[in-house]
Amino acid sequence: MTFRKYLVLAGVTVFAAAGDSMLSHGMKQTGSVSLHHLQSLLLAVTNPWVALGILLLFAFFASYMNALSWADLTYVLPATSLGYVLLALVAKFALHEQVSPLRWLGIALISGGVSFVAGGPALTSHHEESAKDILADSPKPDVPSANAVHAASIGVKR
Amino acid sequence: MRHIYTWGGILVVVIFSVIGDILMARAMKQVGDVHEWFRRSGLWTVVGRILSNSNFFLAVCAMALAFFSLLFSLSWGDVSLVAPAAASLTFIGNACAAKIFLHEKVDRRRWIAAILVAGGVALLAG
Repeated sequence: MTFRKYLVLAGVTVFAAAGDSMLSHGMKQTGSVSLHHLQSLLLAVTNPWVALGILLLFAFFASYMNALSWADLTYVLPATSLGYVLLALVAKFALHEQVSPLRWLGIALISGGVSFVAGGPALTSHHEESAKDILADSPKPDVPSANAVHAASIGVKR
Repeated sequence: MRHIYTWGGILVVVIFSVIGDILMARAMKQVGDVHEWFRRSGLWTVVGRILSNSNFFLAVCAMALAFFSLLFSLSWGDVSLVAPAAASLTFIGNACAAKIFLHEKVDRRRWIAAILVAGGVALLAG
C-alpha cells in the first residue's frame, strides 16, 4: 500500500461524509420537496450547499471506483463506513450535539472493524492476475525493464 | 401488513445495493489499476476504459434502483429502522457476495470486520 492509495481511501471516507452533510444542510434550507412539485427539486440544485454536496459525492464516487480498481470490495467498504464515525465526531466537537453512549459504542465497533481489515492485504481475489495481464498488454513506456538491464550487464561482463 | 412492506422494501434495497457494489467492483477489476493506467496512458484512457465496460453501466443502474427502493421503503417505514437495517444488511450481504462472485478470500478477520461494522452502523444510525 502506497501513500497515494491511503489518500484515495481517505478521500472515500471524507468526501462521502462531507457530501452527505452539505446535501442535508442545503435541503433543510430549500425546504421539503413533494412529488407534485418536482420543479422544486430542480430549484434545490441551484442552492450552493446542494451543488457543493453533489460535487463532493461525485468526488466520493471517483475515489470509490479508484479504490475498487486495486483493492477488494470487502477491504474498501469498511473505509466508507468510517464516514459515519467522522460525521458523529463532527456533530460532537464542531456542532456541539449530544452523542449518546450507544452511538459511541457504534463508533468503537466501526473503528474496530476497520482496524481488523486494514491490517490484512488489500487484494486477495483472483482478478489480481487478470488486471496484471491487461496492464501487460498495454503500451510500455520507453524505459528498459530491470531484466533487460540485467541481461545487458551480463552481456557486457562476458 | 405495513411491517411486511417495510421489511420487503429493505430486502429489495439490500439486494440492489449488493448487486450494484459487486458489479462495480467487477467492472473496476476488469478496467485494471487506474493509477497504473493514468501513469502510462493518461486520464482519457482511464475514462474510456471505464465507459466501455458494460458492468459499469449495469452497476450504476442497480445503484439507482437501490436508491429509488430506499425512497419507497422510507415512505412505508421509519427512517430509524430502514436506514440502519439496510446499511447493516448490505455490509453482510456484500461480504457473502464478494466471496461467491468475486472470489475474494473473506477470512475470519474480514467476517469479524463486516459484522463489527454492520453492528456499528446499526447503532450509529438507529
